[in-house]
Amino acid sequence: MNETVEKKSLGQIFMNGILDENPTFRLVLGTCPTLAVTTSVENGIGMGLAATFVLVGSNYVVSLLKNFIPDEVRIPGYVVIIATFVTVAQLLMQAYLPDLNASLGLFVPLIVVNCIILARAEAFANKNSALHSVMDGLGMGLGFTLAITLISAIREILGGGTFLGHSLFGEGFEPMTFFALAPGGFIIFGLMIAIVNWLSTKFKRSVN
Amino acid sequence: MELAASSGGFRIFLMLISAVFCNNFVLARFLGCCPFLGVSKTVGGAVGMGLAVTFVMGLASLFTTMVQLYILNPLNMAYMQTIAFILVIAALVQFVEMFMKKAMPPLYRSLGIYLPLITTNCAVLGVTILNINSSYGLLESVLNGVFSALGFLLAIVLMAGINERLATAKISPILTGFPISLVTAGLMSIAFLGFSGMIR
Amino acid sequence: MDGTLEKMYVAPSPHIRDKHTTQRIMADVLIALLPAAAAAVYFYGASALLLMAASVAAAVLAEYVWQKANRQRVTVSDLSAAVTGLLLAFNMPASAPVWMPVIGAVFAIIIVKQLFGGLGHNFINPALAARGALMASWPSHMTSFVMPGADAVSSATPLGMIKEGAGTFADVTARFSLTDVLTGRIPGCLGEVSAVLLLAGGIYLIARKVIQPRIPVAMLGSMIVMLWIFGGEGGLFSASAYAVLYQVACGGAVLGAVFMATDYATTPVTPVGQWIFGAGAGVLAVIIRLLGTYPEGVSYAILLMNVAAPLIEKLTRPTPFGVQKPAGKKAGGSAA
Repeated sequence: MNETVEKKSLGQIFMNGILDENPTFRLVLGTCPTLAVTTSVENGIGMGLAATFVLVGSNYVVSLLKNFIPDEVRIPGYVVIIATFVTVAQLLMQAYLPDLNASLGLFVPLIVVNCIILARAEAFANKNSALHSVMDGLGMGLGFTLAITLISAIREILGGGTFLGHSLFGEGFEPMTFFALAPGGFIIFGLMIAIVNWLSTKFKRSVN
Repeated sequence: MELAASSGGFRIFLMLISAVFCNNFVLARFLGCCPFLGVSKTVGGAVGMGLAVTFVMGLASLFTTMVQLYILNPLNMAYMQTIAFILVIAALVQFVEMFMKKAMPPLYRSLGIYLPLITTNCAVLGVTILNINSSYGLLESVLNGVFSALGFLLAIVLMAGINERLATAKISPILTGFPISLVTAGLMSIAFLGFSGMIR
Repeated sequence: MDGTLEKMYVAPSPHIRDKHTTQRIMADVLIALLPAAAAAVYFYGASALLLMAASVAAAVLAEYVWQKANRQRVTVSDLSAAVTGLLLAFNMPASAPVWMPVIGAVFAIIIVKQLFGGLGHNFINPALAARGALMASWPSHMTSFVMPGADAVSSATPLGMIKEGAGTFADVTARFSLTDVLTGRIPGCLGEVSAVLLLAGGIYLIARKVIQPRIPVAMLGSMIVMLWIFGGEGGLFSASAYAVLYQVACGGAVLGAVFMATDYATTPVTPVGQWIFGAGAGVLAVIIRLLGTYPEGVSYAILLMNVAAPLIEKLTRPTPFGVQKPAGKKAGGSAA
């Protein structure tokens, strides 16, 4: 994860975040928002896109400033850059998406401490060009968005019987509310990582 | 029992029970999951991490509430909350680390390795923002910070105990690591549902 | 690990072979549960039988399918899945829809037991964890109780009536006498019905050395003390002996203390640890009963102590003979 990847194509960098190093299922970073906001698909997509916005922005700025920030204070520097983008995202959401902002609540400002973002600033943007860093941010951000949208979909369908708020199974269906609650969130996330592990070992075996 | 209707020492007691058992930071609110899942391999390590977090969360609650009440609010700059708080926390963690290294070398040796991880522990930033959202004063902020951290301490120590036991279980390689830890956390969370709604 | 601790202690060789196989132990547990199961069918009729059959069948089938799919040795003949299934059914009201124990049994066997490596490796009681998941999902189904008898009139349990303050304690006992509670002529979960028959099962298990009395005694004892102090209507220590006995006999206390809190895999192996485990479960059960949102707290109390069990065991484990404790390192308390 620490290598300079100027030799990789932009497409490879983009796909890396979505598949090989998917931040949610492969690197298992940013677990708190993944667990907390995935009670509905709407929340999942909203959190994913907000984090993607911050990730692309912070990766871009960090890569531009990488030669100007002294090494000793680089981490606090990254944190300030990330917090600035989070504040922008927060103000935009308050203005244009007040409902989503309210249901994500505390977890919007907490994007600052989402380890995916700091990890990419340190491991990638710090060493690569602006264009590559933006692509890495997009790939990682969308990888995160896809993963938490998938988890949200499972939790919303099983736990509420709905998808994006639309009832799926009619009146008689009694959803298993457990999956919308905290314990169900932990268990579904754990099982999803296990399934991804299982699929990737199967895939590797069939390639070899 | 109603937290809002209580006062004095009894209110503090209810805040403690609420933060540790009913609304446990990790098991009910999903705050501090990264260290909970990552650092809970041994009971000793978990106690160290939990104590370090408790210390920082208490101090961070004090300073961030001061920043909010005496700087951001008078200047009408509440929108700077996120940036201001994370800076306070980062500086605080740095300062605590340096202070411990100089003044308390034995404590630094046992807790110091956990300190850098705490800046990005969302439980710390989380509790400071929750203090403001609940309009707590200085004292209540500090108490809420410490009590929430004790909830984190309890969860991470219980998790470490279970993890030490699971070390001998025959768990499939597909599940080893994060998946089984998450399922474990989910089952712990079921047990803690027994406390839900006890304090409103 | 409890009754067979002295005989099944994990120790270096030489080992002595023993007749306590898992299958024999589980068969004894099933025998001990039989009178209470028969009482459930007697009081609630065919629906109770259907729920128990569905739950046991689903548990056994889930274990069989999982082990086949994972190319493991199939161990359904050790009867542990059947015990889990029956205990789960004991945690349901007679009016529960039949798909509910089926979902619960699959959860108990796959998620709680097999993911962790199967029998003996699960850290939390499968039947109780499944009950917790069902309670969180369908609270109305899990708490709509019916009176014994063929016409299935719905009614709150005695504990539910006390909890909701539907009349004084005297009103509740006028409706259901202590004799009703002890014999099981009350609305409740299938396995909560008859305290006397459950105790009889417990005595059988103790006589057969399947369980040791430590945990049940500690748990019921601490419940009695807690209810004596806090369980009265007129402040501290106002509960009469009758009221205390009545509230201990109600609900899942005896079922939990005898059959759930004595599960080998999820309780400490040390004798001191077992006393602590039982006492803790009793105290928590009364706290949740009196202050929580649920009228019955026994299941959550046992689950919480299951979570703490590895820690209790670690703190109460004796130092092996001839081994010195590492200097300056308290058991479990020191930071790495």
